[in-house]
Amino acid sequence: MGRKLLLEHINVPGINTFEVYRQKGGYRAVEKALKSLSPEDVVEEVKKSGLRGRGGAGFPTGMKWSFLAKPEGKPRYLVCNGDESEPGTFKDRYLMTHIPHLLIEGMIVSSYALGANTSYIYVRGEMMPQIRILEKAIAEAKNAGFLGKNILGSGFDLELYVQPGGGAYICGEETALIESLEGKRGNPRIKPPFPAISGLYNCPTVVNNVESIAATVPIINDGGEEYAKIGIGRSTGTKLISASGNLNRPGVYEIELGVPVEEFIYSEEYCGGIANGKRLKAVVAGGSSVPILPTNLILKTVNGESRLMTYESLADGGFASGTMLGSGGFIAYDEDQCIVRNTWNFSRFYHHESCGQCSPCREGTGWMEKVLHRLEYGHGKLSDIDLLVDVSKKIEGNTICPLGDAAAWPVASAIRHFRDEFEWHVTNPQEAMTRNYGLAHYADPLPKVEPVTAS
Amino acid sequence: MSEKVKVTIDGITIDVEAGTTILTAARQIGGDIVPPAMCYYSKLQGSGGKCRTCLVKVSKGSEKDPRPMPKLVASCRTTVMDGMEVQNITSPEVIEARKGVVEMLLINHPLDCPVCDQAGECHLQDLSYEHGSEATRYEFERRTFDRIDIGDKVQLHMTRCILCYRCVYTADQITENRVHGVLGRGDAAEISTYIEKAIENEFSGNVIDVCPVGALTDKTFRFKNRVWFTKPVDAHRDCPTCSGKVTLWYKGEDVIRVTARKDEYGEVEEFICNTCRFDKKKTDDWVIEGPRKIANHSVISANHYEQLMPPPVLRTNPALREANKEQFERTTKL
Repeated sequence: MGRKLLLEHINVPGINTFEVYRQKGGYRAVEKALKSLSPEDVVEEVKKSGLRGRGGAGFPTGMKWSFLAKPEGKPRYLVCNGDESEPGTFKDRYLMTHIPHLLIEGMIVSSYALGANTSYIYVRGEMMPQIRILEKAIAEAKNAGFLGKNILGSGFDLELYVQPGGGAYICGEETALIESLEGKRGNPRIKPPFPAISGLYNCPTVVNNVESIAATVPIINDGGEEYAKIGIGRSTGTKLISASGNLNRPGVYEIELGVPVEEFIYSEEYCGGIANGKRLKAVVAGGSSVPILPTNLILKTVNGESRLMTYESLADGGFASGTMLGSGGFIAYDEDQCIVRNTWNFSRFYHHESCGQCSPCREGTGWMEKVLHRLEYGHGKLSDIDLLVDVSKKIEGNTICPLGDAAAWPVASAIRHFRDEFEWHVTNPQEAMTRNYGLAHYADPLPKVEPVTAS
Repeated sequence: MSEKVKVTIDGITIDVEAGTTILTAARQIGGDIVPPAMCYYSKLQGSGGKCRTCLVKVSKGSEKDPRPMPKLVASCRTTVMDGMEVQNITSPEVIEARKGVVEMLLINHPLDCPVCDQAGECHLQDLSYEHGSEATRYEFERRTFDRIDIGDKVQLHMTRCILCYRCVYTADQITENRVHGVLGRGDAAEISTYIEKAIENEFSGNVIDVCPVGALTDKTFRFKNRVWFTKPVDAHRDCPTCSGKVTLWYKGEDVIRVTARKDEYGEVEEFICNTCRFDKKKTDDWVIEGPRKIANHSVISANHYEQLMPPPVLRTNPALREANKEQFERTTKL
């Protein structure tokens, strides 16, 4: 049984209220940080913990905090990114719904570490219930003296606000989020300057994912070194995984980083195998933007090692045969699922969500969607497949924000690994409309890697 | 504070002020190594970074940190560092990416150049000629819009718009209350003056000059003439609201259009007011300074100030000289 740090008390009735959360040891981290640690100590603990951003990019949180500029006479801001809109990811919503005080406690500790006296939780507009829950929780915390002026007599002031977004995927990109928070159109800014220098209202700003901020609570309670003991290598601590798709038991799981993917899918502790006795065909391991992998590559790396749920192991093999942990949106596809249709669906999403600011993404996402639509509905040509690869290459890396990359990777990887299924859609259009391609060879064991020797 | 930094672009080294962008440094060198820019406009604060045509490769970050930048960067918004090495036309990667961007820009552009007022001075036309491929691989319907009047003098034809945001920044710069912006998202985004409210400002006509394509046009000039049949002349007048320095575009004896003076990158030298632009269309209103120098590559210069000489092969061969007698006479007359 893996250790639970964030979801330890998730099943306690009434954990969403202040009283029960406090009885279960809540707000200990605030007391410890404000009474016995300096802001620098908190940053140091987070650095020691090796915590990496849980929103997708996996950038070390402590390092991000230490980049924050601290000019005299300018306020600093902490913004919590609760825009969670990556298809396949729903861990932050779960956390905010069921244990809102964990996020608020994390916000107090992190704001203290960064010297922010006003902090925002930016929540996607569709999550209205969660916004109400958070507002209620903030009011409770304020009542108990954990927010407001002179918290616990430490002289530290903090006001916390919840800001509903407009429901745009792009506002999960940190600079677009800042624009939206300022009341403007959510267009990503051109970097540099980075938010750590000039972010919200041109002041130094840190934007962190909900889960990253919540993770500071156990880090402060138990110490960064204790946290770093969990996990493997540079992937420390626990991670919330949103498991969905054709699984027996989909849902949000807290795993210790380093659990083998195979165990995560098939063990009774986690997803309990593939639903309805079907076989696994493919997995999107970290939310819709990361490359999709067929069964044989997601369970084992090309070197035949078993693939683990860590930042490094999932990325093993680069884009050729690896993927990414991303935001932990784990989607499993069984043998009845059509990869072409799924790719089209993802592409449709990115087309809809592109902000339209820079040309490759604005025009390219729509183009890819139209070509994929044609392929899925049996009007495709064989040349379309290469066209898609080329268009995705023209988008990738040439845009202002990572949405362009996020739109390009699923298409490029689906074609890389499932090319024969795409070709089958072109060569057998009638059949493709009535049945799916099936598992084919996607679960076959990988061939042994022959060492290349100079002859 | 005027610290100089050294930057090398395509092998040409230049010293520029610290804080200069790569694009500005390239323009100081000039010539073929200047990246094209569809959205960046030096006179508009905040512009740039959107069209991605000015992408370049930074093969060496700086003297202190020689690592190359991982991605191609927008040269209009990236500042130079001391010892930076940039590749523009010497990098196949940049050429390929730029070709891709041009193809993307043309996906939703109607290519109605034969009936477009901007033809001949259109940046997209130049860009696709220089960098694009001859055919598009896009086989779907393009987006279309109805034409919208912005006030009584400016017309917006969204179908041609490439969403460079230049007019939005112009409106931001000349007006206090934002009335001109972008509605919608992705490829459904469109320029809008907050539900067709006219920008009532003395300088609103400048959106026509900043538009790199034919999306914003002068209603007093629409369909009057092709720009290459008009003769540009520099002129000025004593204007109470603006500098009064303009270019008059003559057809015969008549001034058929007034614009601000544009430099070789298509940027105006100074913004002019609507009175100068739309209402002063008589020679009497102006003090003529002389012919406007037009860049050699522009189609506008073709018939006027640069003489169209018969090619050297005709000049040296007596038989061909005789056969083209009429043309030789014309060149001496001009």
